[in-house]
Amino acid sequence: MKAAELAALQNEPACAHNGKPEKAGCARPKPGATAGGCVFDGAQIALLPIADVAHIVHGPIGCSGSSWDNRGAHSSGPALYRIGMTTDLTEQDIIMGRGERRLFHAIRQAIEEFAPAAVFVYATCVTAVIGDDLAAVCKAASAQWGVPVVPVDAAGFYGNKNLGNRIAGETLLRHVIGTREPAPAPPHPAGVRVHDVSLIGEYNIAGEFWHVAPLFDELGLRILGTLSGDARFAEIQTLHRAEASMVVCAKALLNVARGLQQRHGVPFFEGSFYGVADTSAALRGFAALIGDADLTARTEALIAREEAAADAALAPWRARLKGRRALLYTGGVKSWSIVSALQDLGMTVVASGTRKSTHEDKARIRELMGEDARLIDDGTPTALLGAYHALGADVLIAGGRNLYTALKARIPFLDINQEREFGYAGYRGIAELARQLALTMESPVWEAVRRPPPWAARDTSAHAGAAHA
Amino acid sequence: MPEILRRTKPLSVNPLKASATLGASLAFLGLRRAMPLMHGSQGCTAFGKVFFVRHFREPIPLQTTAMDHVATVMSADENVVEALSTLCAKSAPDLIGLATTGLAETQGSDVQRLIRRFRSEYPQFARVAVVPVATPDFSGSLETGFAAAVEATLATLLPHTRRAGLRARQVNVLANASLTPGDLEAIRAWCEAFGLAPVILPDLGDSLDGHLVEAGHTPLTLGGTPVEDIATMGESAATLVIGASVERAADLLRERSGVPDHRFDHLMGLDACDRFTATLAAIAGVPVPAGVERARAQLQDALVDAHFMTGFLRVAVAAEADLLAGMQGLLAGCGAEIVSAVCPTAAPVLRRLPLARIHVGDLQDLEREARAHAAQLVIGSAHAVQGAARLGLPILRAGFPVYDRLGAGARAWVGYRAARDALFEIANLILEHHHGPAPYRSFLREPEPARAQAHTGVVVRH
Repeated sequence: MKAAELAALQNEPACAHNGKPEKAGCARPKPGATAGGCVFDGAQIALLPIADVAHIVHGPIGCSGSSWDNRGAHSSGPALYRIGMTTDLTEQDIIMGRGERRLFHAIRQAIEEFAPAAVFVYATCVTAVIGDDLAAVCKAASAQWGVPVVPVDAAGFYGNKNLGNRIAGETLLRHVIGTREPAPAPPHPAGVRVHDVSLIGEYNIAGEFWHVAPLFDELGLRILGTLSGDARFAEIQTLHRAEASMVVCAKALLNVARGLQQRHGVPFFEGSFYGVADTSAALRGFAALIGDADLTARTEALIAREEAAADAALAPWRARLKGRRALLYTGGVKSWSIVSALQDLGMTVVASGTRKSTHEDKARIRELMGEDARLIDDGTPTALLGAYHALGADVLIAGGRNLYTALKARIPFLDINQEREFGYAGYRGIAELARQLALTMESPVWEAVRRPPPWAARDTSAHAGAAHA
Repeated sequence: MPEILRRTKPLSVNPLKASATLGASLAFLGLRRAMPLMHGSQGCTAFGKVFFVRHFREPIPLQTTAMDHVATVMSADENVVEALSTLCAKSAPDLIGLATTGLAETQGSDVQRLIRRFRSEYPQFARVAVVPVATPDFSGSLETGFAAAVEATLATLLPHTRRAGLRARQVNVLANASLTPGDLEAIRAWCEAFGLAPVILPDLGDSLDGHLVEAGHTPLTLGGTPVEDIATMGESAATLVIGASVERAADLLRERSGVPDHRFDHLMGLDACDRFTATLAAIAGVPVPAGVERARAQLQDALVDAHFMTGFLRVAVAAEADLLAGMQGLLAGCGAEIVSAVCPTAAPVLRRLPLARIHVGDLQDLEREARAHAAQLVIGSAHAVQGAARLGLPILRAGFPVYDRLGAGARAWVGYRAARDALFEIANLILEHHHGPAPYRSFLREPEPARAQAHTGVVVRH
C-alpha cells in the first residue's frame, strides 16, 4: 500500500480524532512499550466472521499460525471462516520469489476444496516487503475461476489494529459493496412494511446478536448485511441498499459508514447493544433515520415491552450487584457502552480505561460517569492492579489478555473482549452479563485463595518464638 | 440440615444401590492374600465378580458357598465348612472374608457357630484368619457392607491392648468404600511426605491398582493390607478415619487400643485437604513439605481458573453418602451447587450436609430431580450415563460401577492434585457443552446461496 493511500485512510472525517494534533486513537507504537495488534490483525478481525468466505493469509506461518480460529464470532450457517488457510511461505519461496505462484495455486485449492462464496487474500509483512503483487494475483485468479477473489492489503507494519479495521472496511467498499442487488424483501408475516438496514462493527461474539436479531424481525427491519457477525459474502455485496446503518462499537469502521453515506446516501448513527438503555437507543436510532411513523410507534411499543421484561429479569441481579464497584479497562467504544450497561445494573464504575478511546468516547464517559470520572491510559498490569486496589474495586472488567493478570492477583474478573464465551448483547444479554458478574464476585474461590493455610499461623508463631529465643 | 426424602415408590427404577454383600467383598479385596467368600447362592458371587471385573478391569478373587435348593431348605452349614476347608486346602490364603447374603440371613445361618465348627474340625488351617460379617442385601448398601467388613476385620484381628504410640511414625488409615485405589495411593504418599508410615485398612491401592506381576495369575488378592499388620494397628501413633461410614469401625479401634483418632468426612476440595495436611503436620511434628504446599497452590490456581465455569453451576449427584459428602465439599468450594442429590441409603452423614433435600432413591429419581431443578451437570456412575443423555447433560463418572471407561480405579479424587484434576474435568465438560444463544436465522434474510451458484456470480471490481 502506498504512503499516500495510508495517509488517506488515517484521515477519517467522521472520526472525532481527526485533525486532533495528538491523534490519540492512531498514535504510533512505542518500541519496547507497546501492546495490541497490528494492521493484519485488525483487518482479519473485521473480515474473518464473513462465514462463507475462504480467508487465505498470504505469508509465512507466523501470521496465520498463531491467529486462526481464535475469535468468538458465531455463524448460523457455513463455518468455512473457521478453517485456517495460509500460503505458509518457506524461505525458498521468499528468496526465489515463488510467493505469487504459490498464492495463485493456493486460491485454486481453496476454491476446489471448499467452494467458497469468495476468497479473501490477506497480505502480511513479509509478502508486502518482498513485493508480491496481491492485487494482480487476485485479479488473475478471479478471472480464471470465476469466484470473487478480494485482496486485503493489510501488512502488519502499516500500523495498529484500528487501521487494519479501516483497511478492511475500505477493501469492502472498493471490492465488494455494491456488486449485487438484494432480492426484494419477503412479505412480513405481520403485514408491516419491511425496511432494509445494516450493522457495521457487530461481530456476533458468542452468538450474542441472536439475543437481538428477533427484535429486528419483529419490527420489520431486514438486516441486509452485517459487518461482519454471521455475515455472508452475498449479503455484504448489497449493503449499499440499506436505508440506514448503525455503527456498533467500532470507531475504526466509521469509514465504511461514511463511504456508504457519501457514495450511496445511506444515513448512519453510532450506538451499542450493551445494556438496556443502549439497546433501546439503538432501536430508536433506526426508527429515527428511517422516519416511518408506524415503525416508530411499533418500536416504542416493543421497547416498553422488552424493558419491562428485562427489568423483571434483572431485579434479582440488581439487588445482588447494587453498589458493587467495577474497574473497566477495555478499548474504544466499549469504554462507554459497557459503563452504561453496568450502571443499568446498579454498579459503580470507578474508572474506565481509555487507551484506545477517542476524544468523543472520553466525552461520553464523562457524560455517564461525571466530570471527575477517573480515566486510565496506562494498561500495564501493575497500573491496572494499582488502580484496582486504590479505587476499592470489586471486579476488573477487561480483555482476555488481562485475564490471568487479574486471576494471579486473586481478583474477580469479567472478560469483555472477542475471545469470550458468553454473549452480553441486548435485553437478554444484559442478564447474562449480570449473572457472570455475580458469579465471579460471589465465588468462594477468592476467599479460598487469599486465606493462609491453617498451618501458616502456627508456623509464624513458631518462627516468632524462635526469634524471641 | 437437609430434608431426607425416603423412598415412596414401590418400584426402584435404574437402581443406584449395590448390595452390602458386594461392599464387604470389596473391603476384603483390600487385604493381602485374601479371598472373599459370599455365603449364598452361586449367582450372588458370579454377579459380584462381573461387577468388579468390569469396574477395575482386574481379575477378582471371589468365592461362594454355593447354596443350592437342598441346602437352602435343609441346611447350608456343610456348605460353609466345606467352602472354608476347600479354600484353605487349595489356595492357603492368609484370610477368608465370609460375607453373608440375603439368602443365608433369611435362612438363619449362624456363621459364628459354623466357624467354631470349622476350627475344631480343621485345626490344620488354624493360621488362616476367617472374618465373618453379616451383610444381607436387604439391608444397607455397598458402602455400609464395606464398613461392616472393616469393623469385622478389626473385631477379629485386633487384640485388646494399651500400647498406643509404641510405633511413633505409624498411623492407621481407615478407608471407606468410595476411596479408589488411586485415592489410597494418594493418601499413602501424603502421609509419607510427612515421614509417617500408614497402615491402610483396607488397602485397595495395593491390591486393585492394576499392575502386572511375574506370577501371572494368582487365586488370591495380589496385595492389600498384610494381615499381620492389622494386629499392630493398636500400636500406632494415631488413626485417620476417612469417611463417616467407617465411624463404627473407628470406635472399635479406639476402644480396643486407645489410639487417638482424627475423623474426616472426606478429603475432597481445598478445605478438607488443608485439615488433613494440618493434622498430618501435627502428628508428625514437622513443617508442611514444600511439595504439598506447591500442590496446594496449584489447586488454588485451578480454583480461580475454573471458577468461570464452575461458578453457579447446578449439579445433580447420585452417590453413596461418603462420596456425596466429598462431592459437596469439592463443589461448594468452587461455587457450584448441588441442586439434586440422590443417595441409596439414609446414612447419618447426610444430615450434616448443607443441602436443601436429599432423596434416598434411584437413578430415576436423579433424572427427575435433575430436570426439575435445571441441573447442568450430572455426577454419577456409568449407570447414570443414559439418564444424563436423556437430559442432554454432561456427566462426570464417579462411584460404582464405571464399566464404560478405563481407569476408574486409578483415578484419584482426594488430595490437592486430584481436586485440581476434577475441577479441570468439570470445567472442560461445561466448556464442551456450553452453547450460547441458539443460532437464529432471520426469516427476512435471503436464503443461503447454493455453493455451485455462488461461483457463477459476479467477479469483483479490481
